[in-house]
Amino acid sequence: MVDILVLVDHDGGTPKKISNQILTAARAVGGGEVHAALFGDKASEAAGKVGAYGATKAFVWEDEAAGAYATETQTAALVAALEASGAQAVLYSSDPFVTDVVARAAVRVGAGVVTDAVDLELDGDTLVATKPIFGGDMVSKCHVKGGRPQFIGVKANAFTAEESGGGAPEVAALDVTLDEKAKRAKVTDVVEASSGGRPEMTEAAIIVAGGRGLGDAEGFELVERLADALGAAVGASRAATDAGWYPHQHQIGQTGKTVSPQLYIGAGISGAIQHRAGMQTSQTIVVINKDAEAPIFSIADFGVVGDLYKILPPLIEEVGKRKL
Amino acid sequence: MRIICPIKRVPDTAADKKIDATDNTVDRDGSEPVLNANDEWSIEEAMRIKERDGAEVIVLCMGPEAAQTTIRKALSYGLDGAIHVNDEGVAGSDAVGTARVLAAALADEEFDLIIMGNQSSDARTMLVPAMLAEFLDLPALTYAKKLDVADGTATVQREMPSGHQVVEAPLPAVVSVVEAINEPRYPSFKGIMAAKSKPVATPDLAALGVDAGEVGLGGAWTQVDEITPKPPKEAGEKVSDDGSGNLGAQAVAEFLTKQKLL
Ligand SMILES: Cc1cc2nc3c(=O)[nH]c(=O)nc-3n(C[C@H](O)[C@H](O)[C@H](O)COP(=O)(O)OP(=O)(O)OC[C@H]3O[C@@H](n4cnc5c(N)ncnc54)[C@H](O)[C@@H]3O)c2cc1C
Ligand SMILES: Nc1ncnc2c1ncn2[C@@H]1O[C@H](COP(=O)(O)O)[C@@H](O)[C@H]1O
Repeated sequence: MVDILVLVDHDGGTPKKISNQILTAARAVGGGEVHAALFGDKASEAAGKVGAYGATKAFVWEDEAAGAYATETQTAALVAALEASGAQAVLYSSDPFVTDVVARAAVRVGAGVVTDAVDLELDGDTLVATKPIFGGDMVSKCHVKGGRPQFIGVKANAFTAEESGGGAPEVAALDVTLDEKAKRAKVTDVVEASSGGRPEMTEAAIIVAGGRGLGDAEGFELVERLADALGAAVGASRAATDAGWYPHQHQIGQTGKTVSPQLYIGAGISGAIQHRAGMQTSQTIVVINKDAEAPIFSIADFGVVGDLYKILPPLIEEVGKRKL
Repeated sequence: MRIICPIKRVPDTAADKKIDATDNTVDRDGSEPVLNANDEWSIEEAMRIKERDGAEVIVLCMGPEAAQTTIRKALSYGLDGAIHVNDEGVAGSDAVGTARVLAAALADEEFDLIIMGNQSSDARTMLVPAMLAEFLDLPALTYAKKLDVADGTATVQREMPSGHQVVEAPLPAVVSVVEAINEPRYPSFKGIMAAKSKPVATPDLAALGVDAGEVGLGGAWTQVDEITPKPPKEAGEKVSDDGSGNLGAQAVAEFLTKQKLL
């Protein structure tokens, strides 16, 4: 049995989908208490919603220092939350900013960290994580060695969020003392690019990705339209981000992001090994490419050989119809 | 200004990987390893500061004897010297062990900036930059797609899912960079020749005062229980569009409906 503290990532008072997935996983695997830690603006509003997914206690730190400085203020809060909770394990979402906080906190409390888990099982008091490695070519099982706090990062969409029927959790405000050092890395500005209302790529259940086959930046309008019809995020190959057709943070692959959505649709992407290293663990892969020999077909569940400029417009229309 | 660039020697993504079944580590002799791609951007960024403001840039690598070739490759971009932590005891280190050793190697070094890749292509944990900063008690500016250094302050654009944050910290600081930050140069012939004679220090764990029990496979805080190859995926159905686009579109929509994805 292990008590688990879930570091809940939230957006303006609502826990992110991945956090609900992780709370569900924590409930299913630990056999003990499930607690939540929430930091930053509207953290207490978000805390009220974690009971529905099984957290019985929420540790909240709503100080504006959580967002005004990078990483270290939240590191102090996570250490305080872990102490207040008494949990033996922390589950967190495998997101870059969260990973920074977890990395520092782990060194501070002597916790071992396993990243990118897609499955969890319990062996006595130890969580054993299954994770894809080497771009999904292999699968490993690993755990944190005995006696240490166990920090495990969980991949989006590895678990399905299910409500527990639980009521509002007990909410406790955290007492976090910040020394001046925690305020060294100061956030002086936030420049939000429009996401077009689309989900974040690393969280999305569906991703529509475009590559060099789109021909130019305008080609991405087609990809965006299909993404919008499906409620999906937009991804890109390096050829497309290098060309400046789409921003780098949407790049999927070895030097970009690793994603594992329920559905990946790739159009005009050949499927070089460096691209596959970021997407081949997707649950279902659909590709459109005019070259029947493109390597991406070898990992596709469904492939269409044809011109994406011909196929995408009627597909967008058809998806719109079927979604109704 | 003195800049440290931690670099990692990694298996080539394009090559076959082999796992050593005796201890579940990557067999790096199975393929010709390369310089971690993300570390080329940190090297390029350091070189730009060197060329603009003047700086001494030192490579830091924890790795086996064979990492010498990777270090020479890094030096060929025009860097000034290297610290190569070469000790059999570090083999099998996890992220925290790696960060501990890198921090120990810098304990007696003077530096203003550590610039490193945001991820290694084999481990891909993204943990080492923040852990190194924690061990050295330094601020970290991570996922930088732009870096400015002036008046004792580093300022970065930190990549977000859409857009970026502007984050600044006083030096010394750790910076991790993403691919979008620059376009790395190719080493020049002159650089390749000069790299051969650049000084490379090779401290072992004892010289760094690191307790061998705290690093390597035995000192790791995590343990790999097993590694299994993923069964090769069978390619699914493939249809050819008739040139109109409608056939292909209908086929995809039909598939998605059948899979309950629509
Ligand atoms: C160190 C390193 C790291 C890398 N990291 C990454 C990474 O993170 N992510 C990544 O994606 N790549 C990465 N790459 C690059 C990778 O090797 C490929 O070059 C890249 O993925 C190719 O992108 P692409 O598939 O869009 O382009 P291409 O390989 O040029 O493929 C374009 C495809 O579009 C098809 N096409 C063209 N026109 C049409 C049309 N009208 N309709 C339908 N299909 C069409 C073509 O048949 C072709 O298959 C990396 C490379 C290196 C060396
Ligand atoms: N063995 C190592 N020696 C030197 N630097 C390393 C080593 N391992 C990781 N790094 C650095 O840490 C960065 C991130 O790696 P990782 O946390 O493994 O994804 C890399 O880009 C390197 O700059």
